[in-house]
Amino acid sequence: MDVDLTGEQRILQQTAREFLEHEAPLSALRERAAKGDSPFTPDYWQRAAALGFAAMLVPEELGGVGSEQPVLDLVIVAEEMGRQIAPGPLLPGAVVVDALVRAGSREQQKEFLPAIAGGCVVATWAVGEPPDGWDSAAVTTRATRDGAGWVLTGRKFAVEAADTADLFLVTARTEAGLGQFLVPRDSPGLSVAEVPQYDLGRKFGNVTLGSVRVPVGKVVGEPGRSDECVDHQFLLALTVQAAETVGLLDQIFSSTLDYLQGRYTFGRPLASYQALKHRVADHKVWLEAALGVSSALARATAEGDTRAAALASAAKAHIGDQSLVIVSDCAQLFGGIAMTWEHDLHLYLRRATANKFLYGSPAQHRERLCVLAGL
Amino acid sequence: MDQVESPEAFGRRARAWIVKNLPPADMAGGLEVDDDAEMRMITQARELQKLIFDAGFAGIRYPVEFGGQGLTRAHQLAWREAAAGYQVPSAFNVTHGILAPTLLDFGTEEQKTRHLPAILSGHELWVQFLSEPSAGSDLAGLLTRAERDGDSFIVNGSKIWSTGAHFSDYAMVLCRTNPDAPKHGGLSMLYMPIRSRGVTVTPIKLVTGGSHFCQEFFDDVVMPESNLIGAENDGWRVASALLVHERNMVAGNSLNDHVPATSGDEGAAAAGKEVIELARAVGRSQDPCTRQLIGEVLVLQALADPAIARVNAQLRAGRLPPPASALVKLMSSMSQYRIKEIALEIGGTQAVLNGTGDYLGVHAQRWLAARIGTIAGGSNEMQRNVISERVLGFPREPSPDRGVPFSQVLSSRRR
Repeated sequence: MDVDLTGEQRILQQTAREFLEHEAPLSALRERAAKGDSPFTPDYWQRAAALGFAAMLVPEELGGVGSEQPVLDLVIVAEEMGRQIAPGPLLPGAVVVDALVRAGSREQQKEFLPAIAGGCVVATWAVGEPPDGWDSAAVTTRATRDGAGWVLTGRKFAVEAADTADLFLVTARTEAGLGQFLVPRDSPGLSVAEVPQYDLGRKFGNVTLGSVRVPVGKVVGEPGRSDECVDHQFLLALTVQAAETVGLLDQIFSSTLDYLQGRYTFGRPLASYQALKHRVADHKVWLEAALGVSSALARATAEGDTRAAALASAAKAHIGDQSLVIVSDCAQLFGGIAMTWEHDLHLYLRRATANKFLYGSPAQHRERLCVLAGL
Repeated sequence: MDQVESPEAFGRRARAWIVKNLPPADMAGGLEVDDDAEMRMITQARELQKLIFDAGFAGIRYPVEFGGQGLTRAHQLAWREAAAGYQVPSAFNVTHGILAPTLLDFGTEEQKTRHLPAILSGHELWVQFLSEPSAGSDLAGLLTRAERDGDSFIVNGSKIWSTGAHFSDYAMVLCRTNPDAPKHGGLSMLYMPIRSRGVTVTPIKLVTGGSHFCQEFFDDVVMPESNLIGAENDGWRVASALLVHERNMVAGNSLNDHVPATSGDEGAAAAGKEVIELARAVGRSQDPCTRQLIGEVLVLQALADPAIARVNAQLRAGRLPPPASALVKLMSSMSQYRIKEIALEIGGTQAVLNGTGDYLGVHAQRWLAARIGTIAGGSNEMQRNVISERVLGFPREPSPDRGVPFSQVLSSRRR
C-alpha cells in the first residue's frame, strides 16, 4: 500500500495483520482444506467484521466504521489478507455494498448493509460467465419481466464464497441493458455447484439460475440502467484484487529473500550467487512497479478519477502476469521444499494463479487498454 | 511574494508564457541528424534556455541564489505538463540533471556562484568524463592520471562515451591522483574547460551512423587545483553522487526541468501513441496479436509514473537507501528496450525496408541502437548488482582488488 499512510491507517494495517496472524494461520487453511471444510467459519468472519473488514464502504449510520478514506482503508485490509492468504469474502462483500450504496433503495440498504457490515450476512457477487466472461458485455444471464417482479435465467461461474453466501447480487441482462438483483440463497430455482478447491483460502461455486423469481423490492437500481454501476463494481473488484495480490507477492518475496540469505551451499549463502542476485533484483523492480500501480489505482478509484479504468487494466495485466513470474521463481529459489504440501509457497502460488484470471485475464485487460486508447 | 505560488498557478503562468514564446515541438525529429543540424539544434537550445531563464522559469528546483526558482517537484511537473507539445532545450538535460546537481552537492561557493547561473541561463553545457576504453562498469579501475605539479594537476589519458562533448563547454573528469592507494581511494574529480590545450575530442560513429558519443584524449592538460570538485582523493564520493543523479535523470526524476527523450514516464507515454500510430500505418491495428503487444506498451506506460512515485516516496521517507534509484533506472531501461522490440515487431518488414528518415524505418533503426539504454549510464547488470547488494542487502561480489594498491591490481592492460 501507499508509503504515505495516515496514523490511523497504520493502526488499521497493524490491527489487521495481528488479527490475521492469530486467527488465520496458514496451517489452519491446510487443515480445513484437507477436511473439505469451508475455508472460514461464520464466527471468524464476524470477528473480522468487528474490526471493520466488511464495513469500510458502509455509511456510518448503517453500521459502517465512518472511514474517512473508505476505499484506501479497504485496500489496506485487502493487502493484509493477501499477505497471509487469509480467507473471508472481503472482495465480493465490498462489491455488493458498493452496489447497494450507489443504487440500492433505502429499504434495501437498511435491510442488508448493517447485516453485511456485521458479518452476519455473507454477500457475494454473481457476475462472471463461462467461458471467460468478465465484463459487462459478456453478461448473458437473462432478466425478464414477470408481472411486478423479474425472472432470472442463466449460469454464473467462479462465484466467491458461493458455498456459504446468504445473498447473491446477480448481474443480468434485460432488454434495455444490465440490471442487478438480490437473490437470497434459499430462492427456488437457485442452485450452487461447488467446484474443487484451487485457492485454499477461498471456495468458488457455479451458480445456476433456473427461472428464479425476484420480487420488485429486491431489484437494485433501475433494471436496464445498471451498466455504469456494474463498471464501477468491476473497478472496485480489480482495485481490491490488485491490493490483495501485491500483498501476497510482497510477503512471499520477502520470505524468499530471507531464505536466500540464510541457506548455505558450497560454503556461502545462496544470496551471494550473482545468478540469483540478478533475478531477485529484477523481481524487486517489477514488485515495486506492482505496488506502485496498485496504490495509484486505489487512489484513482477513491477519487473517481477518469483514468482509473485504464489504471485498473494496466494493474491487472502487470500484476496478473508478474505475480506468477515472481512467485513461481520464488519456488525455484526455494528448491524442492517448495514443491511440498507442507511448504507455504503453493498457497501463494494458488492464490496468485486464481487472481490472474478472476475478473479478467491479463490478455483481456491488454485488449481493454487498446479499446480505452481508442483503438 | 512571501507566499509560494501553487504548482497549479505556476503551471498556468508557465503555459501562458510557453504558448507565446516557445516554438511548437518538431514531432518528426529526434533520431539521427547530421552534424550541421545538430549544431543548429545546440545553438537553438542555448537560445531557448536563455529565454526561459530571462522569463524566470529556469532551474525550477535550483536555489534562488544561483539563478534558480527555489520551487518543488510539483512545480517542475506542472512545467513539464505545460511545456508538452513545445520545444524545450533538452540538450541541457545532462547539464541540468547530472552535472549541475553534482556541483550543487560538492562545489565550493565560488564554483557554484561562477557556474550555476551560467548553466541555468544557457551559457554553459557540461558533460561528464567517466568511462574509459578499459574501465566502464568497473569505473574505479580507471587509468587517466592527474599528477600534482605544485598547485596544478597535469592530466594524461583518455575518456570515452561522453555524450555531446564536441559541443559542450565543461567536463567533470574523474582521474587517478594516487595510484598507490586502493582503487577507490586514489581518485579525484576535476572539472575542465573542454577546449583546454591538450584536449582532443573525437566523435564516435555509432551503429545507426550518428555520433552522439565522443572519445577524448588528454596530453599534458594543466588544471589548477581550484578546479577540484570535492577534496583531493575523495573523487569516488563525488562520482557516486553523480551516478545517482544520472540514474535519477534517466528516470525523469532529477533537477532537470525538461523532458528527457527517454524518461520513464514521458518517454513511455509517447511510446503508447507511437505504437498505435505505427500499427495503423502498417494496417495491423485490428490484429489481436498486435493489440496484445500494444496493450503491453500501454501497461509499461501506465506503470512508469506510479513506480517512480513510489520509489521516490520511499527514498524521501528514508525507507530505501539512495542507491535504490537503480530500481527506476533498471525498470526504465528494461521497459524502453521492450518497447523498441515491440515497435519493431509491429513495424515488421515495412519498417526494415525503410531508412532513417522514414516514420516506419525509424523503428527498425531504433532497434539497432536499442541496447544503448541498457548499457549506458550503468549497464543493467550493474544496476542489478546495486539493487541486490545495496537495496536488498545481499553479499557483495568478491573483488580481488579490494584494499590492494591500484598500482598492483591486475587489469586488462597490465596482465
